[in-house]
Amino acid sequence: MTKVSMTVNGKSVSGEVEGRTLLSSFLRDGLGLTGTHIGCDTSQCGACVVHVDGRAVKSCTVFALDVAGAQVKTIEGMANPDGSLSVLQQAFQDNHGLQCGFCTPGMVMSAAALLADNPSPTEAEVRHGLEGNICRCTGYHNIVKAVLQASGQDVSKIAAE
Amino acid sequence: MHNFDFVKPATLADALAALKSDGAQALSGGQTLIASMKQRLAAPATLVSLTGIPELKGVCIGEGGLHVGAATPHAEVAREAAKHYPALAALAGGIGDPQVRNRGTIGGSIANNDPSACYPAGVLASGATIVTNRRRIAADDYFQGLFTTALHEGEIVTSVVFPIPQKAAYVKFDQPASRFALTGVFVAKTADGVRVAVTGAGGDGVFRWTEAEAALSANFAASAIAGLTVSPDGMIHDLHGTPAYRAHLVKVLTGHAVQAAA
Repeated sequence: MTKVSMTVNGKSVSGEVEGRTLLSSFLRDGLGLTGTHIGCDTSQCGACVVHVDGRAVKSCTVFALDVAGAQVKTIEGMANPDGSLSVLQQAFQDNHGLQCGFCTPGMVMSAAALLADNPSPTEAEVRHGLEGNICRCTGYHNIVKAVLQASGQDVSKIAAE
Repeated sequence: MHNFDFVKPATLADALAALKSDGAQALSGGQTLIASMKQRLAAPATLVSLTGIPELKGVCIGEGGLHVGAATPHAEVAREAAKHYPALAALAGGIGDPQVRNRGTIGGSIANNDPSACYPAGVLASGATIVTNRRRIAADDYFQGLFTTALHEGEIVTSVVFPIPQKAAYVKFDQPASRFALTGVFVAKTADGVRVAVTGAGGDGVFRWTEAEAALSANFAASAIAGLTVSPDGMIHDLHGTPAYRAHLVKVLTGHAVQAAA
């Protein structure tokens, strides 16, 4: 076992890990941050997306020791400081951008990274930017709508499908 | 997956020293290797991460063209190469998905040499030079078959140098689940002629379509290849496409790439 330290959601954390411990496992089992979901564990589904030094990555395909010292942000760090939903999270709720909710943490983290790079994306850019995240419930339409609303664009004319 | 010792050196010299231990393997972005280790297709005793070595990262113009550090993630190539070599930047920006592009690297891709990966087509069509800790290898000598390269034990890619063509384009027909190329074609036109490299089709991995190169060197137009045929012999056969289907795609995508580059 090796000691690993990093900053997660603004707090310095550390824990004992093996070489093979994945970032997703360290977050969930080591830190109890179970908002990061493990769906496929093969980097296909995107439920485990977190930010490492501001970039979205699939935490099931990154070793914890490889991001020692990094700034990590998870879904637990996305709400406003008073605990209310952030603009992006609220937009998911407003637009019914989730049904079972399993993919939602990864969707929110990917969407947040997308909007940080491109604050006013087109619908096509949102769909392209979410290619690494799979949702088996919604058909994506309301997720895309939520991301567009969070970017400040008028989505009232986009029909719910 | 089996456990291993993890080391993350800060210099190339330390990484090369660590790679001398028995069962040591280099880890770059890990977007293929970690999945392989989960399936126990790979079980290194020691993993040597190359992601903490500044000298292996970055994109810049230098002698011979565009220099891309081996540990540069695809997303950074997509951003930084756009003004110098747009076709290469577009290739990098179309690999996998955004999260894979934030971790996966060019060095990892070409060291692995997956027969359906995008970068081998760009490297081979560009006539790039693969720079290792020991030598410089021409792309034509580097790719040697399925998951096989000219790299020796203990040798790692440090950068890739791309001569910048006059015109170029990469067109890939996505395999939509994996986002690898079902088939992809990179066309590059230089003062010395045209090079056409095909990925996702050849049973021995990336290859050059030399008949198309000759035709396009004489006349750089999609019509120049209209009379050519591509043999399906030896092409990849899987549930996503037959050899005949891939052979058809090679010609169609080459035409599209020429149109996109023109």
